[in-house]
Amino acid sequence: MPILKTENLSITFGGLKAVSDFSVEIEKNRIYGLIGPNGAGKTTVFNMLTGVYKPTAGRFYLDGEDLTGKSPIYINRKGVARTFQNIRLFGKMTVLENVLVGLHAMNKCDPFSSILRLPRYWRTERELKNKAHALLDVFGLDGEAEHISSNLPYGKQRKLEIARALATNPKLLLLDEPAAGMNPHETGELMETIRLIRDGFDMTILLIEHDLKLVSGICEEVTVLNFGTTLAQGKVEDVLRDPAVVTAYLGE
Amino acid sequence: MAFISSVKRTLKKVKWKRYTSYIVVGAWFAVLLLLDLFGGLNDTGSRLMMLAAVYAVLAVSLNLVVGVLGELSLGHAGFMAAGGYIGAIVSKALAPSLPVAAYFPVSMIAGGLAAAAFGILIGVPVLRLKGDYIAIVTLAFSMIVFTVAQNLDFTGGASGLKEIPAETNYINAFVVLIIVLVVIQNFTRSKHGRAIMSIRDNEIAARACGVNITYYKLFAFTLAAFLAGVGGCLYAHTATVLRPESVDYNTSIELLVMVVLGGMGSMTGSVIAAAVLTLLPEYLRFLQDYRMIIYAVVLILIMVINNNETLRRYKDRFFAWCKRALAAAWAKCKTALKGKKKAPAPAAETRETLQAPAEFTEVDETALDERERKGEK
Ligand SMILES: Nc1ncnc2c1ncn2[C@@H]1O[C@H](COP(=O)(O)OP(=O)(O)O)[C@@H](O)[C@H]1O
Ligand SMILES: [Mg+2]
Repeated sequence: MPILKTENLSITFGGLKAVSDFSVEIEKNRIYGLIGPNGAGKTTVFNMLTGVYKPTAGRFYLDGEDLTGKSPIYINRKGVARTFQNIRLFGKMTVLENVLVGLHAMNKCDPFSSILRLPRYWRTERELKNKAHALLDVFGLDGEAEHISSNLPYGKQRKLEIARALATNPKLLLLDEPAAGMNPHETGELMETIRLIRDGFDMTILLIEHDLKLVSGICEEVTVLNFGTTLAQGKVEDVLRDPAVVTAYLGE
Repeated sequence: MAFISSVKRTLKKVKWKRYTSYIVVGAWFAVLLLLDLFGGLNDTGSRLMMLAAVYAVLAVSLNLVVGVLGELSLGHAGFMAAGGYIGAIVSKALAPSLPVAAYFPVSMIAGGLAAAAFGILIGVPVLRLKGDYIAIVTLAFSMIVFTVAQNLDFTGGASGLKEIPAETNYINAFVVLIIVLVVIQNFTRSKHGRAIMSIRDNEIAARACGVNITYYKLFAFTLAAFLAGVGGCLYAHTATVLRPESVDYNTSIELLVMVVLGGMGSMTGSVIAAAVLTLLPEYLRFLQDYRMIIYAVVLILIMVINNNETLRRYKDRFFAWCKRALAAAWAKCKTALKGKKKAPAPAAETRETLQAPAEFTEVDETALDERERKGEK
């Protein structure tokens, strides 16, 4: 059974069909690419899959469960986590605290135990801080755990956002243009990191990307969107050779 | 010697920043107690200190809404009034039959609960709205409370609620202040506080992390209302009469100035600002008439500076400069003290003085903005 299955997912904004009939099946442990020119509707797909927007038609299933129209919190609990195209960190909080917010749902401490500092507070706090430090360590951010997150350099902010998403313990990770604004060296590093997440966390990854080199480098399959419609779908090598895709990209 | 150095090491590991508010308030309280013990605290002095502590309680509770939750409340005095009137009425009912130590805590909790009930009542519809609405609705709420208090019989009408047992003194005010600080800071430094701050910093990302926005907003708002009610109850018992004018919207603005002046989200800052703004007008009598004007000007200035790129950079530079100057002075003191024993350690000194992260973050942020713009285009 595929981890994510969408059936004709569509959304209209006041007459504008931003996405129409988006259908994919993503198997477990894949790195799947979603590409297409600007304004094609890629981010809108992510917003539907995370419950930010309610699709006007179509359904989607995570691990067989229908999540169409559910709230972002519910969808997150069920195992979809994401990063954002324009980084959305908790800017005034520390790097560690950012990851701790990701671990929020796992923290079962009640307000009274927190205010009275009962043993339960100390236990959960210690446990989750260890977890957060371990996650930061994977991304080489543990040295900056106590830094204010908005003071991190750009590349590290992207990594922190991924770490925070992973902290919510997802089955499916959605990355929105993770390489945007990175130099080639950083992009190479990022590709390594993404592979490492897939293998180390046994993760399925759906990623939006502009950089075709990155896409062909790490994705096994892709879907190409253009003006909200699916232009091509399948193995990377085949899709990138598709004449319709080439015109959509070069014709821009 | 080994013992001393191990103590030193442990002290170094302690995150002092977490305890600054307790240290400041504790030291201030200790000084007052000592002064009092040796007869150095007269009636005016102890009354002023009591008021400063009461306003600190109120400012700190407002800071939970403004600084931690990031929502503007212009009607905090409304919660203060609810707690004040209810608390005072409970006290009047219980005072004849119970000792102070028994009924005063009961009145404070009753006042807090009354205010919390109002917090839920206006929080439920309002917190779903965005930004400005909250400011307007809280302002309207406090005006309604003011008008109602002025016209009802059981609140004593325009001339105020009379014959309240004036049992607040600087000692119980400080004890309550410390308890309130513990509650707020333990709360904010937990799962719940982090959830609330994440909403403040980025609501969309908070939701994507599974944070229940409505629940936490309401929780923070209600807790702040409860604590404001407790503060209001303390305030009501500072005198035998509670007049509606002393809990009107001017008070809300005063509290807001304390929070903004002390730094949003900084509880220590709120306490210090509350103390300064309570004590300063007393000692500078001529300021009394212009107080509200000065407050308004200070508010405008701070808002303008914080929302203007260039001015904010100057401000950051100024604070960075102050920090460096302080660090240098501190280093000098250290070397002067140690001078007889050891030669100074210049390496450590330069490292401290070179710390000026404000400038670096500035560069990073603009670079990031540019990249983002390119990516978005
Ligand atoms: N909330 C919204 N309201 C109206 N139009 C929207 C909204 N969100 C996205 N769109 C439109 O949907 C289209 C796709 O946008 P988006 O998904 O951000 O594209 P991209 O593929 O670059 O991520 C754009 O034309 C955009 O203007
Ligand atoms: Mg996009």
